[in-house]
Amino acid sequence: MSLSGRARDLALGARFAFTGGRSGLLRTVLTATGVGFGVALLLLAASFPNMLFQREVRESVRAVDAGEQVTSPRPGSFLHLDRPTVYRGEAVSGLLLRPEGDAPPVPPGATRFPARGEMLVSPALRDLLDSPEGALLRERLPYKAAGTIGPAGLIGPAELRYVAHAGFLTTENLDGRGVRFGWSVPAEPMNAFLLLLVLVACVVLLLPVLVFIATAVRFGGEQRDRRLAALRLVGADTAMARRIAAGEALAGALLGLAVGGGLFALARRFAGAFTIWDVNAYPSDVVPMPALAALVLVTVPVASVVVALFALRGVAIEPLGVVRTAVPRRRRLWWRLLLVVAGAALLLPLVGEVRVTGTSVDTVAIAAGMVLCLLGLVTLLPWLVEACVKRLNGGPVAWQLAVRRLQLSSGTAARAVSGIVVAATGAIALQMLFQAMENDFTQHTGEDTARAQVAVGTHARTAEEARRVIDRFERTPGVSAVIGTVESHVWRPGPLKGGEEFAPSASIRVGDCPSLKEYAALPSCADGDVFVFLAHGAQGNPGDSWVTRTARPGATVVLRDPHPHPDASRRAGNGPPPRWRIPADARVVDARPDPTGMYQFGILATPSAIDGRLLDEPDAQAMVRLDPAVPDAAEHVRNAAAAIDPTSWVRTLQDVQRDAAFSSVRTGILVGSTLTMLLVAASLLVATLEQLRDRKRLLSSLVAFGTRRSTLSWSVLWQTAVPIVLGLALAAAGGLALGVVLLRMTGQRVRDWSVFLPVMGIGAGLIAVVTLVSLPVLWRLMRADGLRTE
Amino acid sequence: MSIGHTLLGLLESGPRHGYDLKRAFDERFGHDRPLHYGQVYSTMSRLLRNGLVVVEGIEPGDGPERKRYAITEAGITDVGQWLATPEKPEPYLQSTLYTKVVLALLTGRGAADILDAQRSEHLRLMRELTRRKRDGDLADQLICDHALFHLEADLRWLELTAARLDRLAEEVRR
Amino acid sequence: MTTTPLLRATGLTKAYGATPALSGADFALRAGEVVAVMGPSGSGKSTLLHCLAGIVRPDAGTLTYDGRELTALSDAHRSALRRTDFGFVFQFGQLVPELTCVENVALPLRLNGDRRKAAEARATEWLARLEVDDTAGKRPGEISGGQGQRVAVARALVTAPRVIFADEPTGALDSLNGERVMQLLTDASRDTGAAVVLVTHEARVAAYSDREVVVRDGAVRDAEWAA
Repeated sequence: MSLSGRARDLALGARFAFTGGRSGLLRTVLTATGVGFGVALLLLAASFPNMLFQREVRESVRAVDAGEQVTSPRPGSFLHLDRPTVYRGEAVSGLLLRPEGDAPPVPPGATRFPARGEMLVSPALRDLLDSPEGALLRERLPYKAAGTIGPAGLIGPAELRYVAHAGFLTTENLDGRGVRFGWSVPAEPMNAFLLLLVLVACVVLLLPVLVFIATAVRFGGEQRDRRLAALRLVGADTAMARRIAAGEALAGALLGLAVGGGLFALARRFAGAFTIWDVNAYPSDVVPMPALAALVLVTVPVASVVVALFALRGVAIEPLGVVRTAVPRRRRLWWRLLLVVAGAALLLPLVGEVRVTGTSVDTVAIAAGMVLCLLGLVTLLPWLVEACVKRLNGGPVAWQLAVRRLQLSSGTAARAVSGIVVAATGAIALQMLFQAMENDFTQHTGEDTARAQVAVGTHARTAEEARRVIDRFERTPGVSAVIGTVESHVWRPGPLKGGEEFAPSASIRVGDCPSLKEYAALPSCADGDVFVFLAHGAQGNPGDSWVTRTARPGATVVLRDPHPHPDASRRAGNGPPPRWRIPADARVVDARPDPTGMYQFGILATPSAIDGRLLDEPDAQAMVRLDPAVPDAAEHVRNAAAAIDPTSWVRTLQDVQRDAAFSSVRTGILVGSTLTMLLVAASLLVATLEQLRDRKRLLSSLVAFGTRRSTLSWSVLWQTAVPIVLGLALAAAGGLALGVVLLRMTGQRVRDWSVFLPVMGIGAGLIAVVTLVSLPVLWRLMRADGLRTE
Repeated sequence: MSIGHTLLGLLESGPRHGYDLKRAFDERFGHDRPLHYGQVYSTMSRLLRNGLVVVEGIEPGDGPERKRYAITEAGITDVGQWLATPEKPEPYLQSTLYTKVVLALLTGRGAADILDAQRSEHLRLMRELTRRKRDGDLADQLICDHALFHLEADLRWLELTAARLDRLAEEVRR
Repeated sequence: MTTTPLLRATGLTKAYGATPALSGADFALRAGEVVAVMGPSGSGKSTLLHCLAGIVRPDAGTLTYDGRELTALSDAHRSALRRTDFGFVFQFGQLVPELTCVENVALPLRLNGDRRKAAEARATEWLARLEVDDTAGKRPGEISGGQGQRVAVARALVTAPRVIFADEPTGALDSLNGERVMQLLTDASRDTGAAVVLVTHEARVAAYSDREVVVRDGAVRDAEWAA
């Protein structure tokens, strides 16, 4: 057979995909839609790594080049300071600059260097500032918006960013000094967790697409059988007939690819409009990884052909009709289980092997393992349905009709449902993985938002100033309490001992009793008390001996570094450093996590225990508890901090933005699996309707001798429900098991076993929808004129 | 329909008296037109004359038809030839055909062959008519069609009979 | 009548499961003749036709076509034979519903590797010859039964086959349409010299043949070729 002959057969098959009348077209459209959605999701998943990578690239490109240390001012040098802030849950990135000469480099995305007191803003920030919603943010950014930052200086079109020329930047409050923008582009885009996620997502998305194709090629079986037989009669040999059938499936798949490409292009357009998981990207950055994209583009059509041919196994296409030669054989359990076991055998050795710090995962083993497990589950389903249905008996007529029908041919129903199994299993496993990561990130912060919601730090020159800062926060609207301390350090007096490069030191925090209680478990506290609090090495902090070398009850310490580094840019102290004796009755207590979740250690002192004026370079640290009744309380705090000190840092303790990102990912998975399951439901519906039509005369005669509508309706419901329920049960079990294994790979535990419930709910909804939609057709077929022969 | 051949055929299964022959004929073929004794007598005399039957004996008793007839070899051959000769296809010949089929069954000859031969003959005529119809005008076509439909009806009956030959054979031999 | 038959079957036996359909059927077909295969329903007429056409492989017996043993040929070869040497007209359902009539007629040519244009041009000629050129662009679902059968006849003849197998070609038609289809079929086959195996239970249809054979209980009565 020549190549052109093969092509002709495929083309002829493709022809049938589009000219098969209404039902043929419906079949093709359904296939194309299903494959299209799958392909679009796959392409998006395949773009995710690149999206993150491009984001890093963009960040590097606009970052100040730190590759070269610039120690002294030059005509082209500038001071810079990153000033990110958060406005109503959205991140605003900011960069403060101060040129030191008259030829500073133009920041990326800008056309000129902003003049003093001016700032360049991203289009999204400009819109925000121009709107009434941006009023509070305008207060915080005391610069005149004088220009726009173009795409070259932004991560995504929706990014809120400003670049300001701030005159107050000095060599003391800067991040550094630079001469050019553009940091080296990172080479390795992904961490192992993300790789695992993307991989799992791809497998979970690709398999339902394949299963869907497998189901779709069986749509319109009778019509196709007749057509193939007619072709055989006029002289198509078996191979030709199979190729023609494959061509039909291929056409649907190729159309699906086109649809998928279109949907993907559409989704790209909107990539900038949404911020998912901190990622807001320019469409040009949403490019699938070439290897993954090629895999999708090749796998989908090839798989459709393979699956179409596979579906024709055990089928002899004869000129007089299609003969199912396969004698209904008992479904065997062992090889189905073998698939699952083989998959598990591939996955289990990887338990604990995936680390955040890793940059690669065992792609082949994970993908193959998951595919095997999922396929094993899919093949288990027909066996399960058959085994269960075989034992069913009795019950009302409707139940009996449904069960007998399933006993006769449970394969069709099971096949249609297998798509649900794959989609649901994958969704459950993916959900568990995501959920664990979500918990993981929240766990990392350990922030206790019951104690405080915002942490602020400002530099102060004196303790007095630090004190005033704290007072200022207490007066800020929406603040119900302030945990305020002035922080500095104490050093061990005397010369350096052997091996020491600098004097041992300990931090000292001065604050009122309620504030101090946030740092350590204090048995009692009154003004004048001093405590040495120890973290016992928690969270990787140095051991207690490091602290007690300097800070012990009764020990004398100095309040300024006795051996400052010669390069230190600190202002020189006048005279010998002041000394302070830690009271002998100071108590040694255990540290507790502060509201940010961190263990601190060192000395806690109440205001009258030490003369604050003696503290060296004190920092005011405040953690603020907000009044939930006051809107925008956090914004007022941030504004206050910015007004006190434009270089202050403000941190929201509960990272709402991250939470939102995670829930949107979860919603995304749910939406994705719902879409997949909807498609499966559509194929189930087609199968049900086809089957109803095939049995039109039977239905009519059932009606003729008085079967009630409701009886037949219920039988349709049962017929749909039994396989779906079994499928969902299988999916729940398989999904949870798979999820556990994937979690163990990343060394995590299951925190929430209930993730499968929404998926189950969707499945139950599908049963209802399929039944409801098929009822009108059933009723129409049940009219007595169905008895007429056509 | 040939009464002589029919009576000859009836004799093939064994010698019979004249009154037996009449009764057998009436039972099987004479539903609407029973034979007269005179017909039987004259026919049998003709057959005797032609050497197709012989008188095997005479029954004692009163009545004219007490002769017991038996078929001769020549008689058997004559029946066979008659049965094998298809009837000229014409409408309403089923009575003759039916007689032939029953006699064939009675005499152990293949009734199916009779039907096949008849079908062949019918089809020969039908082909002729079909040809004429094809070349003729509308009147010709209608006339030919009339004949064709009648011939087809005969053939259908033949098929039906052929399909029921087994049951017929059972009933006939009872 | 001594010419070698084009198609000759001896002792064909075929059973479907436990049900015998043919038990030792003999048959011979000369080039160009029209033979009616008659017999009651269930007698094995159709099975005989299917065996003769190489659609169904007989369980036993020999089947020679043009000097070749058909039963020994592979499926691909028999398929090729169906494309080139045989044509088929069935009672209904042999047209591909997705294709237009002209495409249906052109189908065997295209399966044989002909270019689309040439194939459809020839198909159009045949449609015209069978007086259904107006159906060319329509789908089989949009035309009448009689037209459909004529399209089927056109498709059977388009490859200039040597044998046409017709199984109850008028079975689904009324008398008038049936007559017309038979006339067109036999005329066209005589013109092209194709032999016809015509399975029918209708004598009026069989009357279009040159001779008839009768199938009864899976055996064939063939007056002419009987041993």
